[in-house]
Amino acid sequence: MTFDDWPWQYSFPPFFTVQPNLQTRKAQLSAWCDLVLKYHKANNLYVLDVREAQGSPLFCNADINRKLSLEGIAEVMSELHRRANAEPLDKGKTRWHVLWHTIDEWASILYSWADETGQTGSVCTFYEITNASDQEFSGIDQDVLLKALRKLEQAKKVEIIHMDDAKGVKFF
Amino acid sequence: MNRFEHAFPYLLEGEERMGRAKNVRLYNGETKTSYEGGDVLLTSHRIIWGAPGAIENCDACLALSLAYIVFLEVEAPGAFVFTRSTKIVLHLAPPMTGKAPGPTPISAANLVKLSFKDGLEDLFLSELRNAVKLKKWNTVQPDLKPLPNKVLPVIKTRAGIVGIERNLEEKQRATDHSISAAFQDLSKLIDMAKDMVSLSKTISTKIREKQGEITDDETIQFKSYLLSLGIDDPVTRVSYSSESKYMMNLALQVAEILEIPVQEQGGMMSLADAYCRVNRARGLELLSPEDHLRACRTLNSLPSTNLRLREFDSGVRVLQLSSHSDEAVIEDTVQQMERNGTLSPEELSQKLGVSLLLARERLITTEKAGKICRDESIEGHRFYPNLFLQRE
Repeated sequence: MTFDDWPWQYSFPPFFTVQPNLQTRKAQLSAWCDLVLKYHKANNLYVLDVREAQGSPLFCNADINRKLSLEGIAEVMSELHRRANAEPLDKGKTRWHVLWHTIDEWASILYSWADETGQTGSVCTFYEITNASDQEFSGIDQDVLLKALRKLEQAKKVEIIHMDDAKGVKFF
Repeated sequence: MNRFEHAFPYLLEGEERMGRAKNVRLYNGETKTSYEGGDVLLTSHRIIWGAPGAIENCDACLALSLAYIVFLEVEAPGAFVFTRSTKIVLHLAPPMTGKAPGPTPISAANLVKLSFKDGLEDLFLSELRNAVKLKKWNTVQPDLKPLPNKVLPVIKTRAGIVGIERNLEEKQRATDHSISAAFQDLSKLIDMAKDMVSLSKTISTKIREKQGEITDDETIQFKSYLLSLGIDDPVTRVSYSSESKYMMNLALQVAEILEIPVQEQGGMMSLADAYCRVNRARGLELLSPEDHLRACRTLNSLPSTNLRLREFDSGVRVLQLSSHSDEAVIEDTVQQMERNGTLSPEELSQKLGVSLLLARERLITTEKAGKICRDESIEGHRFYPNLFLQRE
């Protein structure tokens, strides 16, 4: 995993301590959220496990010997959740979908792609979508894709088709 | 023992026999002498001791003039002593000049004891007391005072081992006396303390009067010590009828004592420091921590004083000047931070010369204002300029 676009906060030790001052904490958390989304986008990651996250360079800066506490990570995730940039996968909120585009955004991106490439009225398999070249959603997580398409399904724009071993979608 | 003289048991003119006792031993101070088992003849002038039968045979005896007796007491046998001898302790005046020679020329002890091996008869004791009280030797001065011009200069021995011993003994007695006087009664001690307080008061007023002439640093320092140490009149609960009045006056006094020290400490002093200072100033009339806390609480309702009790969110209580503002603290701390880049509470406490507790509170106050932010790690707490907000 490579990531070079570390913000200045990453080498600022207080960044790794949850700030008690509300105003400060707000600024700190927003910096964290930006970093988490950027990092996941750069590495094309969709799932974050809180228990493993402390070992990732995202939350642990070995150069200044600081890492964000588990409570801190949980706080960052719930802030992301509030911004609709993350969704918990379990009740314990240990596994998360990190959504650098919110589900709604994904949905509109997918639909406009289908529209632009003339897929309306025809059926695509999920495989085709995730392997579409040069698209933002190339390599998108299946579950995230399903969530986005469900959103479109609610708006009566697509219909999800369950096939034998894979899923397909029909754009209207 | 050196008050005894050699004498024959003849009665002098105007002297009367008053009592007899047998089997009596003489003590020089606390030590036994070899004069034991003898007879004692009590007269209106003297106590005459003779070896058994010596008085009857008019042989040479030892005589002690009753004029020497300053005070006498009876020493009953203790519970764990097997002998049933009762002792009379005679406290004696210094030997008179022109005394006839006795068995012991020099003696350090100022008392002798008569030990009555066969028990002491009440009659003998009362006669002795009577004789000492009547002082017949004064009223009937024997005319035939032999050789009145024979006044020998008595040399007070100051040299030699005896002299040293005597000096030591006198010193010891003096200290003994002063110690027992001091501890005899606590109220006496307090009285003495009052004298000390008034003494320090006069000293401090004297110094205050001289104020203009003093330039020497040490003198000024000494003056400040004195002024900070002594309160002329500590407020005590006893002198006030109502509790609230007492508290009010106590609070006023606390404010008076602490205002200047608090200023010197940068406008804030922890309650523990304040407590120590107040009690040091009060000297003996110590204040309980609870009363001190209540007095400090009372301060907040007294507009005339400049001190206020303040409780931080962390529970730390301090006394601070009413003119003291958080804004000033914050500004000061931010300046320190800018100068140093990053600060731990320990570093700030060293830089400002305030206690660690107060340094921490300063940082937390500044943090609350959003000027700095914290970094908690295994190395401890540090504070940094709040770049989160400043760089936005």
